[in-house]
Amino acid sequence: MRNVWIIARREYKYYFISPVAYVVAFFFMLILGLFFYLNMRGAMIQAAYQAYAPDVQIVIGPMVTLLLFVMPAVTMRSIAEEMRMGTMELLLTAPVKDWELVLGKWLGAFFFMLSLLAVTLIFPLVLNFLVKPGIDQGLLVAGYLGLIMMVASMIAIGVFISSIFNNQLVVFFISLIVMLALWFVSQFASDAAGLGNQLLTYLDFPGHFNNFYQGIINLSDIVYFLSLTSFALLLGTVSIEIRRWR
Amino acid sequence: MIEVEGLIKDYGPRRAINNLTFKANPGEILGFLGPNGAGKTTTMRILSGYMPPTWGVARVAGFDVVDQSLEVRKHVGYLPETVPLYPDMTVFDYLKYMADLRHIKNAEDRVDDVLDIVHMEERADGYISNLSKGMRQRIGLAQALLHEPDVLILDEPTIGLDPAQIREVRTLIREIGKQRTVLLSTHILSEAQQICDRVLIINKGEIVVEDTPERLQAGLAGAQRVSVKVQGDGDGLEKIIKGIPGIGSISVKAEGFLEVESPPGKDIRPVIARDVIHAGFDLLELKTIDLSLEDIFIQLTRDEPEPPSTDDTEEEA
Repeated sequence: MRNVWIIARREYKYYFISPVAYVVAFFFMLILGLFFYLNMRGAMIQAAYQAYAPDVQIVIGPMVTLLLFVMPAVTMRSIAEEMRMGTMELLLTAPVKDWELVLGKWLGAFFFMLSLLAVTLIFPLVLNFLVKPGIDQGLLVAGYLGLIMMVASMIAIGVFISSIFNNQLVVFFISLIVMLALWFVSQFASDAAGLGNQLLTYLDFPGHFNNFYQGIINLSDIVYFLSLTSFALLLGTVSIEIRRWR
Repeated sequence: MIEVEGLIKDYGPRRAINNLTFKANPGEILGFLGPNGAGKTTTMRILSGYMPPTWGVARVAGFDVVDQSLEVRKHVGYLPETVPLYPDMTVFDYLKYMADLRHIKNAEDRVDDVLDIVHMEERADGYISNLSKGMRQRIGLAQALLHEPDVLILDEPTIGLDPAQIREVRTLIREIGKQRTVLLSTHILSEAQQICDRVLIINKGEIVVEDTPERLQAGLAGAQRVSVKVQGDGDGLEKIIKGIPGIGSISVKAEGFLEVESPPGKDIRPVIARDVIHAGFDLLELKTIDLSLEDIFIQLTRDEPEPPSTDDTEEEA
């Protein structure tokens, strides 16, 4: 496990010296701020006609859509860059197990995203001042837990894709396609029968997140995101092992 | 320290190395010579635990590269040909990171030690992106030395360096090689001659010859060659030399300048001198030509479509 921390620490530090991470974080916050402003303005107009107080969903809703595009950008370099720079040869000849490398890469990116999510807490905080008697804290906790779960699995998928291709742009687009597929997969559930139907329904990414969004913390949803994360990390490890054998 | 038996590596349908068998003893610097694409890097990658072979057995420091890969990696210091470094890190941070991954106690002190060995202590706080190629090479070497490995595997350690840097790195390798086993690949023959105790010549994934540089040179020299230079255009010179009994092939290098192959063990120079002068030529030069390791190398890897590069770095060294 020690190697996981060593790799994660370097990975986390790297995000703070890499321009890509700053650009991604900047635009993420900018667009989020813009949505927040527009939503608040809309809410104020609405409030003039009827009793209405916006809740934390006006922050979490846009964040989910944004993350769909931000996550591939955050993880695209993860392992692909090591391969492009040749430093992968260094890591694979150091006494580091393949799973430690994958987990370290995931953890580094996960900590970075946790930091970014922590910064976004400024919006619920502002909202809390603006509405009376304050925001629903249950919604806030469940929403952010859902975001953390979603981000964890998205990073794992990104790290896995990043372990297959050397080109970061290819990694970005394939990650985006995989995440979009998970997003819309349930739409096709009705077309399939039996086990296929069950599988597609289970894979429904937004469906599982939606419970958190509504303020409901279900164990099955947590299990879904954790198993998705573990499975993607396992695939990442296998992918590196296959690379060795090629 | 390194034992390789029947090693085979296939990349899809292409066989990169075929049935390699060799040994490197403790405290020995073994040179791995071959043209580009001969299978040097593939062999080194297998020995460093980067990838497994398709077939065969390789043991490094007593550990099997497939079954005990992690142990092998603990005992091997490896410098890949590309010298992979993180340009966004400082020299010290990079080495500290690598030392941490190898769980080295007092990592910071050890980093200082290796920086001292490669004479880079003054650049410890500098970013790797600002270093010259030679400095990067030295940092790569420092990284390979961090854990005081029993076996050092260096893939083309002097490639792309200027003559002064080449000399420096070679001296460093010789120093390091006194205490540990070094496997060093190169396609620069003079380098192998200067540094290595023993040389393996590999071509198309197979070992062509294995010996000390000196014995290789002596044993394969076979027929001696003699160069003959006379004043003027040397018209009729070839005919005169051809008439000498026992003479081998003659190649005309320029006007009045020939290279003659003489039978082994016989010094033919007095006969040539007498006959040439007798025929009325003014003899300017008459000397034997030693077959260089380079010639041997080209002879042995002759059917290779791309002859080994003999760039100027080799001449300067």
